[in-house]
Amino acid sequence: MTVESPAGTATAAVPELVQLLTPEGERVEHPRFSLETTPEELRSIYRDLVLVRRFDGEATALQRQGELGLWASLLGQEAAQVGSGRAQRPGDWAFPTYREHGVAWCKGVDPLNLLGMFRGVNHGGWDPYEKNFNLYTIVIGSQTLHATGYAMGITKDGTDDAVVAYFGDGASSQGDVNEAFTFASVYNAPVVFFCQNNQWAISEPTERQTRVPLYQRAAGFGFPGVRVDGNDVLAVLAVTRWALERARNGEGPALIEAFTYRMGAHTTSDDPTRYRIADELEEWKLKDPIERVKAYLVREDWADQEFFDAVDAESEQLARRVREGVRNMPDPDPTSIFENVYAEGHALVDEERAEYVAYAASFDGSEEVGEGR
Amino acid sequence: MAAENYSMVKALNEALRRSLEADPKTLVMGEDVGRLGGVFRVTDGLHKDFGDARVIDTPLAESGIMGTAIGLALRGYRPVVEIQFDGFVYPAFDQIVTQLAKMHARSLGHVKLPITVRIPFGGGIGAVEHHSESHEAYFAHTAGLKVVSPSNPADAHWMLRQAIASDDPVIFLEPKRRYWDKGVVDPLGEAALPLHAARVARPGKDLTLVAYGPMVKVCLEAAEAAAEDGHQIEVVDLRSLSPVDFDALEASVKRTGRAVVVHEAPVFMGMGAELAARITERCFYSLEAPVLRVGGYFAPYPPSRVEETYLPDLDRVLDAVDRALAF
Repeated sequence: MTVESPAGTATAAVPELVQLLTPEGERVEHPRFSLETTPEELRSIYRDLVLVRRFDGEATALQRQGELGLWASLLGQEAAQVGSGRAQRPGDWAFPTYREHGVAWCKGVDPLNLLGMFRGVNHGGWDPYEKNFNLYTIVIGSQTLHATGYAMGITKDGTDDAVVAYFGDGASSQGDVNEAFTFASVYNAPVVFFCQNNQWAISEPTERQTRVPLYQRAAGFGFPGVRVDGNDVLAVLAVTRWALERARNGEGPALIEAFTYRMGAHTTSDDPTRYRIADELEEWKLKDPIERVKAYLVREDWADQEFFDAVDAESEQLARRVREGVRNMPDPDPTSIFENVYAEGHALVDEERAEYVAYAASFDGSEEVGEGR
Repeated sequence: MAAENYSMVKALNEALRRSLEADPKTLVMGEDVGRLGGVFRVTDGLHKDFGDARVIDTPLAESGIMGTAIGLALRGYRPVVEIQFDGFVYPAFDQIVTQLAKMHARSLGHVKLPITVRIPFGGGIGAVEHHSESHEAYFAHTAGLKVVSPSNPADAHWMLRQAIASDDPVIFLEPKRRYWDKGVVDPLGEAALPLHAARVARPGKDLTLVAYGPMVKVCLEAAEAAAEDGHQIEVVDLRSLSPVDFDALEASVKRTGRAVVVHEAPVFMGMGAELAARITERCFYSLEAPVLRVGGYFAPYPPSRVEETYLPDLDRVLDAVDRALAF
């Protein structure tokens, strides 16, 4: 494809969008990517989508109620995350940004673990090795290099694990992402670059990041790029499985551009009414990632109202658990500041901890200053 | 192989070789570290003996080197990264400060990143721009990193082996103007000191010269010259810049009552500022003079034809010694 037009039009057109389930819930075939699904699997996918959205909504509410300092909502991106998350095997690693709540869900990470950093009780805090889900990365694009290095390690170990590196349209401008493409390419590393193009990097549209569709960047680095309907969970699942399979077979990296839309604000601190029009949101609402799965299930008569009610009830249960869990999340002990700064300790950290403890003790119990020490 | 006279380059090379032998997870990676053996030949012969999988020529992208090293460490590897020259580390600065330094704390100790970052640093070799910088303060200012700098071949050898064995990220600053200095190294022996201990390089009772890396030699020469004037100058080789062995420093300055800190980096906000403050806090009643500092000027590192003006030398160190003694 040639790009003859100046900046702006290249991404407005929607070229070569892989789709298996239309916004109306109609199952369609694609010449390159196919997918076999059972009704049971589809119901399970639907359940994931609904629970993830409900969790996300609850987190937004918790921020509004002052229980979280900030929340980065994934609203609208559920299919991109659940599809790519479910495509992974347990041995595969995911390297997320700070918005991959749906991927975390699919990897089996307790949603409560994701909320600690947004409440301000830790900077992540879960054990990445437990579910092969790395800590959230806030500085844009850095994690794509970690993912690539990890994948280089897989090659050295000779196993058939693979890695998914998550990033967004904004990150595609970062040097680190382009360096990750280079390293992954020349070392033929088993890493899938999964770009959720949600159209907006806070207030900047994709046109501010690129003049070509993002998936086409892969060609310059020597590996395939595919643009998939990011609101079509089945297409995302199929394309991610394909990319992971190639990676496992020693065929190297691939870039997936999941074409989707950030339905909400960048974070709870953002106000998208300042930079985008309401019509755009309305247009994308018609492409909702969950509604189309529901429509498909109904159309095929693979789920009844009892099922949908049960999923809704379960999502309310999840929301309740999250709400209570967040409210009961204890503030860290003040001396935790000094913990884990180093693996093998550091004389100055020890000295300053002792200074703080003595200082705190000088209040002689008149104030709470942590426990024990 | 018994004790031999090694250049610092060979001492480092032997340390890398022994570390690669000791642990199959240890990797050497960087620009031109493979067939070329590094621009200073510190990795000479390693690619031939350990192969592509262990000694890795990387694309020319420092952030990429650092970021992929972090990923490899997450996978259980122990990368030893070479940054080709001091001035080329800044593209990797974000990965070092934002990612490498913080991962252990933010993962509550679940993730260890045992990465050693070797950087030839400092001036005095007549190099072009960006090849003579002293950026130790940036790294020492960052919690989560350890920072060391050897001054002689034996320390270079053992400190590198210790740094690689450490589970913490270590910024390993190699004084490139001392690369060709010789010293006795016995790779079959054992380290004389823990990695983060300072060392009295020359005992004395009248004043303590505090230095590390390339400036230790200059300070030893200054102490020798001062001895001719009847002054017994102690030289403390700091070796570790984070953590600093403040106990050793305190013991020395309490004995001598005077201290002069010497480094190539600009005096302003340099290591010397922190060292002077700590010495003053710990040794206030023992001090006969304010702690003085000798270092680079607050100007970009100059073209090589005038670098001698910028770098502390024997005369500038002795000038500070005289001023301190005159108080």
